[in-house]
Amino acid sequence: MIAFRDVSARYPGAPGNALQGVTLVAERGAVTAVAGPNGSGKSTLVRALLRSVSLSSGLVTIEGVDVHTLSRRAVARRVAVVPQREEPAFPLLVRDYVAIGRYPHSGLWGAPTAADMRAIEAAVTRAGIEPLTGRRTDQLSGGEWQRVRIARALAQSPEDGSRPGAAAIVLDEPTTFLDVAHEMAVFELLAGLARAGAAVLLVTHQLNLVARFADHMVLLHRGSVAASGAPGDVMQASILERVYEWPLVVTRDPAVGAPTLVPLRSSAAAGTRP
Amino acid sequence: MRSRTWLLAIAALIMVSALGIAVGPTPLSLHDVVLALMGRADAATVAIVRAIRLPRVALAALVGAALAVSGAVLQGSLRNPLAEPYLLGVSGGAAVGAVLAVSAGLGGSGVGLPLAAFAGAVGAVVLVLTIARAAGARGDPRVLLMAGVIVGAFANAVIMVALANAPVSAVRGATWWMMGSAADATWERVVWLALPVAVAGAALLTWGREIDVLALGEDAAASLGIDASRAARRVYFASAVLAAATVAAAGLIGFVGLVVPHIARAAGVRQQRPLIVAAALIGATLLVGADIVARTVARPAELPLGAITALIGVPFFLLQLRRLG
Repeated sequence: MIAFRDVSARYPGAPGNALQGVTLVAERGAVTAVAGPNGSGKSTLVRALLRSVSLSSGLVTIEGVDVHTLSRRAVARRVAVVPQREEPAFPLLVRDYVAIGRYPHSGLWGAPTAADMRAIEAAVTRAGIEPLTGRRTDQLSGGEWQRVRIARALAQSPEDGSRPGAAAIVLDEPTTFLDVAHEMAVFELLAGLARAGAAVLLVTHQLNLVARFADHMVLLHRGSVAASGAPGDVMQASILERVYEWPLVVTRDPAVGAPTLVPLRSSAAAGTRP
Repeated sequence: MRSRTWLLAIAALIMVSALGIAVGPTPLSLHDVVLALMGRADAATVAIVRAIRLPRVALAALVGAALAVSGAVLQGSLRNPLAEPYLLGVSGGAAVGAVLAVSAGLGGSGVGLPLAAFAGAVGAVVLVLTIARAAGARGDPRVLLMAGVIVGAFANAVIMVALANAPVSAVRGATWWMMGSAADATWERVVWLALPVAVAGAALLTWGREIDVLALGEDAAASLGIDASRAARRVYFASAVLAAATVAAAGLIGFVGLVVPHIARAAGVRQQRPLIVAAALIGATLLVGADIVARTVARPAELPLGAITALIGVPFFLLQLRRLG
């Protein structure tokens, strides 16, 4: 379980708080989605978890342990983050890239242990990237690369690790630049991980997919929580319109009946065109 | 890299080293070389091999290995294929030290000039680290790169001012030193170079996996539990020690640090630890070979080693590029 309790954070030199009293919990066995406009504090939340930004108040805990009492490596052993942007400066073999996920677990010189090999193997299978392991990271398509990155995170936070419980994974906009099929495949993979017991914390702009895949949803607005709860409760036109400052309607999608956001053309707000 | 390629690289270094000992004003056969190394040749040959040629080959090999390793870890940790020790202020600082020493009349064969060059290099490194630290930019190793380039530019300006009104002999002395040479090799110098190279090299090998993580970018490094800017500064310091030690031992020898890591990568070495070893092997081979060319082509005069490394390295590098493309 990853928990943020009344977290406020401010960047050095910034006029205001980037996060203001944010509370949210990502439970095991669930997909928890964090959405919100650009600059609403989503990425700062991830940085607060990794201690890359210092808190002015509040507490971030993993399984009840305050991350500020842990070393960076200890945090990395407990939760794996797939950052928004990442590109190896020089291409690696996919197998070796996934193995880097074991870095926080190994000693300075430690050769890979049997546990490392098992975690890597399991991560490769779970992410469905067996056919890619011999390829180079610069030879992958966008969709393949995202799956490989998720595999690295799974190797870092394995389902069958030495700790009781399952993986804890945080993803910052993992489906940017992906087409519909690859985007769906990533969401299905994450939902499957949650079903298997992982705590999945997902930062995303894909509200309509959040409505279908997430168990819990938190909407951020200017560093504060504007709404949180089941996606059906959060995805209301009045809330979303205020947060995104754009005219929109929320309807039901015809296939599965999940709440679906439809942004309107700006002219529709003035009533000139439907 | 396959084990056959590793064996090939080791064999190449041994062969070029044997050649380096054999070639000279008194040409020796490989048989003579082996006998002399074992002390079973005549006294004069043993003296030539043990006191003159072997230290020179050893010095060139160490310089090549150190520069190549320095470049390999800088490229990885700063995520920049153009990174190399000379781009990051080390050569500039060393040159300032050398030029000031020559201007102050320390240009002879003593230890004054190498020490001044080493002090200049270390000074530049400390300046770069201080600037990078002050500039902050949380977790962004690019600040280090910029600080290095700026310190290098400043050093160039200082050199030009110092040389503008210096006597011609001083200018010539400083210029010759800046072109690099293994001609002054002694066992004493080899040992003085080997010590920092061994310490910094061992440290960098130990940090190899950390550098692999750094090469993914600062966000990924943070998610794997590494403070990217701090780790990059540490790697920079160790690689700068390597480069500064070579500068004190043999002057400025460019190009090795930039190109050798790319040659190693083109041979299929991707992870940092094997890359460090491969770069050391290839760098040593390249520099011993370049030194043979430097002292034979225009005999009895010697050509500047730094120019030879570029003359050999550039076509080789272009060939590798073509094979990759």
